[in-house]
Amino acid sequence: MSGMRVNKYWSVAVLALLVLVLPRFVPSYAAFELTFVGAYAIGILGLVILTGTNGQISLGHGAFFGIGGYAVAILAQKLGVPFWASVPLAAIVSGILGLGLGLVALRLEGVYLALATFALAVATPSTLKHFKSLTGGSQGLAVPSLSPPGPLHGVITSEQWLYYVTWVIAGALFLLTSIALGGRLGRALRAIRDNEVAAISFGVNPQRYKTFAFGWSAAYAGIAGAIVAIATGFVSPDTYTVALSLALVTGAVLGGIDTLWGALLGGVIVEFLPLLVQKINPAAPSVVYGIALVLFMIFLPGGIARSIQAVIHPLRLRREIHHARS
Amino acid sequence: MPALLEIRDLSIRFGGIAALSDVSFDIEEGHVAGLIGPNGAGKTTCFNCITRLYQPTSGRLAFAGDDLLRHAPHELAGKRIARTFQNVALFDRLSTLDNVMVGYHVRYARGAARLRSDDGGRRAALEALDYLGLGEHANRPVRSLPFGTRKMVELARALVARPRLLLLDEPASGLTTAEVAALADVVKRIAADYSATIVMVEHHMQLVMNVCDHVIVLASGRKIADGPPEAVQRDKGVIEAYLGTA
Ligand SMILES: Nc1ncnc2c1ncn2[C@@H]1O[C@H](COP(=O)(O)OP(=O)(O)O)[C@@H](O)[C@H]1O
Ligand SMILES: [Mg+2]
Repeated sequence: MSGMRVNKYWSVAVLALLVLVLPRFVPSYAAFELTFVGAYAIGILGLVILTGTNGQISLGHGAFFGIGGYAVAILAQKLGVPFWASVPLAAIVSGILGLGLGLVALRLEGVYLALATFALAVATPSTLKHFKSLTGGSQGLAVPSLSPPGPLHGVITSEQWLYYVTWVIAGALFLLTSIALGGRLGRALRAIRDNEVAAISFGVNPQRYKTFAFGWSAAYAGIAGAIVAIATGFVSPDTYTVALSLALVTGAVLGGIDTLWGALLGGVIVEFLPLLVQKINPAAPSVVYGIALVLFMIFLPGGIARSIQAVIHPLRLRREIHHARS
Repeated sequence: MPALLEIRDLSIRFGGIAALSDVSFDIEEGHVAGLIGPNGAGKTTCFNCITRLYQPTSGRLAFAGDDLLRHAPHELAGKRIARTFQNVALFDRLSTLDNVMVGYHVRYARGAARLRSDDGGRRAALEALDYLGLGEHANRPVRSLPFGTRKMVELARALVARPRLLLLDEPASGLTTAEVAALADVVKRIAADYSATIVMVEHHMQLVMNVCDHVIVLASGRKIADGPPEAVQRDKGVIEAYLGTA
């Protein structure tokens, strides 16, 4: 087991170091883009939990991005709540609404769940426009930027500060998720995904776990949406369209829907694929998107992360079991 | 002493079909019982009622004096009732080890320890796999295993749950002759080593007669015989049901 752990720690340490020094070596707009990568990775991590681990589809997670974004905007503008309090509150609000959707999802399966969550994604912009007094209607709301704390004033820009804050949050959430999914909870979620009847027969309460997975993943989407809102400086209904929900799912599928590394890759994909796609075929970007998605489903159904792991994993697992036995 | 499992007047209908009609029997603690009968007799349905996957139309089910009908299906593992499935119900995308570890789900200590500390479950699962001679498969994806081995993995998963009552649905089907012979041994050993009471649905008569202390025969949803294996084997009604004198 120690061999595997060391390996894992190394890759995480290298990644952490990279995150730390990167803003020094890339232009400031790139640091800005990497903030979005971190946020999208957090959102997709939610889909890794919900879809990859627990087998429930959501084509509507963009809605929770919106809820997170609007929560920080409203809390900041109307109540003057600072960032460190408003982001957790955004997570709680979207988490609770996610639990609600999870309860509804218990009655739906497969295609019906996909359709219901898709409907949620479709309805999000007009719903946001509707509650004008709270949301500012189609104009949206401004979100104050995050300035670095006293000692760092003048040392780093507020973009760089947000970048660091984002990646610290992302690191903490990835660690938490890795621990939680590595044990009893993750195994129960996977068991439900693979065979619900068998899972029930071994004491797993499917209602509880499935609802929880929805709330948990929605909370992550809320955090991601909050960060994106702060980075963008405003929220408006047209940010939270079906396209956002579908981009998240695409990123999750291409990155690897059932691994944490897949979520990280997914974040990179959601941020940079549109730019790449624009270059390949500026006339019809969605065609390139669609083709990429189909090719991946056919040739790399586990996504990029799983394909890399397919090579490394068997060796690792064998060593782990050897250690557990001795 | 009342029996460990008491089934009284159990009936269940699916649309027009009476899958079980007023079935009553007892399973004594420590026994290995056989539940036999032609295809469609209602054996699996009976298991599904005991494990609460099916809601009986009427009747009573008591396990160690506890009314099972008052519990949700996911609560039965905690009462130490475990089972295998006729059509193998494993978690196909998990490793063999992880499959078996799911059997440990209800045994984790309460509180924060549940979030991590997998060592207890891992050890118990490896122990059960080794006990059944499946240790070498632990790290393999379970779906890569041959059918007979997958059935044994299901058994390992059930053992990890430390069952007081173990329900086996056609454990010998799809097994080779050599595997069936080994299975008879395994069932006897489990009854002794795990002090488990076992109910086994089985078509393989030699196996049933060899390991069972008690045999219950169902035909078309009704109980037609109930007693020691030798007596049941000689029973006219049973012979007719099997030879199909209709
Ligand atoms: N879920 C179900 N829906 C409808 N009919 C069922 C269901 N489960 C079992 N049955 C019917 O109940 C009867 C008994 O089936 P079963 O218990 O599987 O028999 P067996 O003794 O071969 O295990 C059969 O007629 C079967 O078709
Ligand atoms: Mg059957």
